[in-house]
Amino acid sequence: MSLDLLVAILMTIAGAATPLLIAGLGELVVEKSGVLNLGVEGMMLIGAVTGFAVATTTGFPVLGAFAAMVAAALASAIFAVLVLTLMANQVATGLALTIFGTGVSALIGAPFVGITTPTLGTIFPDWLTSTPLLRLVFGHSPLVYLGLLLTLGVWWFLNRSRAGLILRAVGESDTAAHAIGYPVLKVRYLAILFGGAMAGLAGSYYSLVLTPMWAERLTAGRGWIAIALVVFASWRPGRMLAGAYLFGLVITMELQAKAAGFNMFAPEFLAALPYIATIAVLAIISAAKRGSANAPACLGKSFRATA
Amino acid sequence: MMLAAPVIAVALTLVVGAVLFTLLGHDGLGAILEIFVKPLFNPYRWQDLLVKAAPLAMIATGLAIGFRANVWNIGAEGQYILGGLAGTGIALATLDMSGGWILPLMLLAGIVGGMAWAAIPAVLKTTLGVNEILSSLMLNYVAIQLLYYLMRGPWKDPMGFNFPQTAMFTADQTLPMVVPGTLIHLGVPLAVAVALTAFFVMTRTITGFQMRVVGLAPKAAAFGGFGAASTVWIALMAGGGLAGFAGILEASGPFGQMVPQFPTGYGYTAIIVAFLGRLNPLGILLAAMVLALTYVGGESAQTTIGLPSAATGVFQAMMLFFLLATDILVRYRVVSGRAAPKTARAPGKAEAEAKSGAKTGETKVVTA
Repeated sequence: MSLDLLVAILMTIAGAATPLLIAGLGELVVEKSGVLNLGVEGMMLIGAVTGFAVATTTGFPVLGAFAAMVAAALASAIFAVLVLTLMANQVATGLALTIFGTGVSALIGAPFVGITTPTLGTIFPDWLTSTPLLRLVFGHSPLVYLGLLLTLGVWWFLNRSRAGLILRAVGESDTAAHAIGYPVLKVRYLAILFGGAMAGLAGSYYSLVLTPMWAERLTAGRGWIAIALVVFASWRPGRMLAGAYLFGLVITMELQAKAAGFNMFAPEFLAALPYIATIAVLAIISAAKRGSANAPACLGKSFRATA
Repeated sequence: MMLAAPVIAVALTLVVGAVLFTLLGHDGLGAILEIFVKPLFNPYRWQDLLVKAAPLAMIATGLAIGFRANVWNIGAEGQYILGGLAGTGIALATLDMSGGWILPLMLLAGIVGGMAWAAIPAVLKTTLGVNEILSSLMLNYVAIQLLYYLMRGPWKDPMGFNFPQTAMFTADQTLPMVVPGTLIHLGVPLAVAVALTAFFVMTRTITGFQMRVVGLAPKAAAFGGFGAASTVWIALMAGGGLAGFAGILEASGPFGQMVPQFPTGYGYTAIIVAFLGRLNPLGILLAAMVLALTYVGGESAQTTIGLPSAATGVFQAMMLFFLLATDILVRYRVVSGRAAPKTARAPGKAEAEAKSGAKTGETKVVTA
């Protein structure tokens, strides 16, 4: 295997892993605060279509990425009001958000089907990406680096900052956190909005980096894989990084096998592989720990202040 | 109050939907009339409504049994596909045969196929503790690929001009019509029968009691001897079996063959139906008609006023949002006023506490 090809493959892995990592880290923070948001797929789709629409109409993909974050955060605000203020069932509301995002994105995206957009390029000058090895370090989309920084940032926030400690306390025991005087609902609102923004950014990666176009259901269930990765990661940012890159590898295998005309497996099997792998990984991780031992204790439960 | 939330939710969807679609540059009011009103006054559309409502009601009935017990099977779409595929397998094996036994065998295979697909998350949940939400959902994507594979390869009709679809089913493999001259097939009365049976099971049998107790009071259920594993299995078998049943009824009814376009999102929409029907089989029958309206009306709105097909999904999701939002009316009673602060406090602090008190004092639990 030539060096060029190897570098290309490694870069594809990073590219496939990045949206999973960014959306997964967002969901990780949400779940650490005790809220289960199953709307990641819907928010990613909203982010993907908003990013695309703004990038095409303004010509600035960076603006598109920001708009994607804002739009998905707004969508997550609907979820937040429902589950926090109105104490709606989190599972049902998350599903509703995904159905909503799928429909709304298709609606907004209809006029944009079939056209291409300027993509988010690299941030380093050309001479830094002239050789394969340099390309491996400097040739990625800015979002790839952002994903790595975000991993570090979320780790620092959760484990080293006071705000992160409060967020974890809220997720582990909302009543105790409330009794001490921490604003449980405010913390959860902020966490959900952060998760929404990250899902939106991850979604825009599909329409602004991976493929410079929009199609209905562009993210193809990757939002669900991101949620599964949170379980796989045992709610730890470092393991989220490992999990996302592992899945980047699985997705890249699918792409490479198709490109190489690898006929041993049906293409449909390869397309199903990431989803089968997700189930397998969930089974292994659950078998190893007998359930989700590290899950935040208040995950998925509504909080009603009593005193 | 049980009926209030769904009615308010539908009403809010109509109002907000009209505003939203007007803002998006469509004819909002026209869309509402076209989708939610006109099909009701067009007798020709009634049969379409029944045909669309039947699979939705059937799948939702199965899902609701699980949702009652907090088992979140969201893999109905895949179980529906597998039901259709399993029945199609029987159909393709019996293309040259005839007899009244073929169709019942296909229907049975459909139920078993859906159950088998749902057994995967059930086994994973009961033996390893794998979250059934994620495993059942992932299997939807796998089921779609399985369908594509079978249509492109092994099951493709050799006489079908290379189209990725199976041969047409024979007369013995096709669902009979119950009202001659219409589209109303056997699946419609079957869906009603299933809902009535489920209503009886949930309200009058120990199994139904188990599912309700596990959902309402998990600890009491455990002390009462209701096993967690058996609950998961009952939930997923009911959901998978009925989704599979709906799948083969669709394949042998409206489709009359298996095609790649077979999955139409009924498995997801049925989740909305289940909630809009308050997880009650009788309510689900009504809710299925409402959701069928969005399909039938949405389709005609595409041709008459050029509304995008995606609008249907937006209306459906809005309905679920509004239902979940108004649900608080059912579970809590809003009590006007709040307990006045008893002791004198510094003004600033008193105000702050009154504010936080506003959040807590205004709602009061009504124990059901």
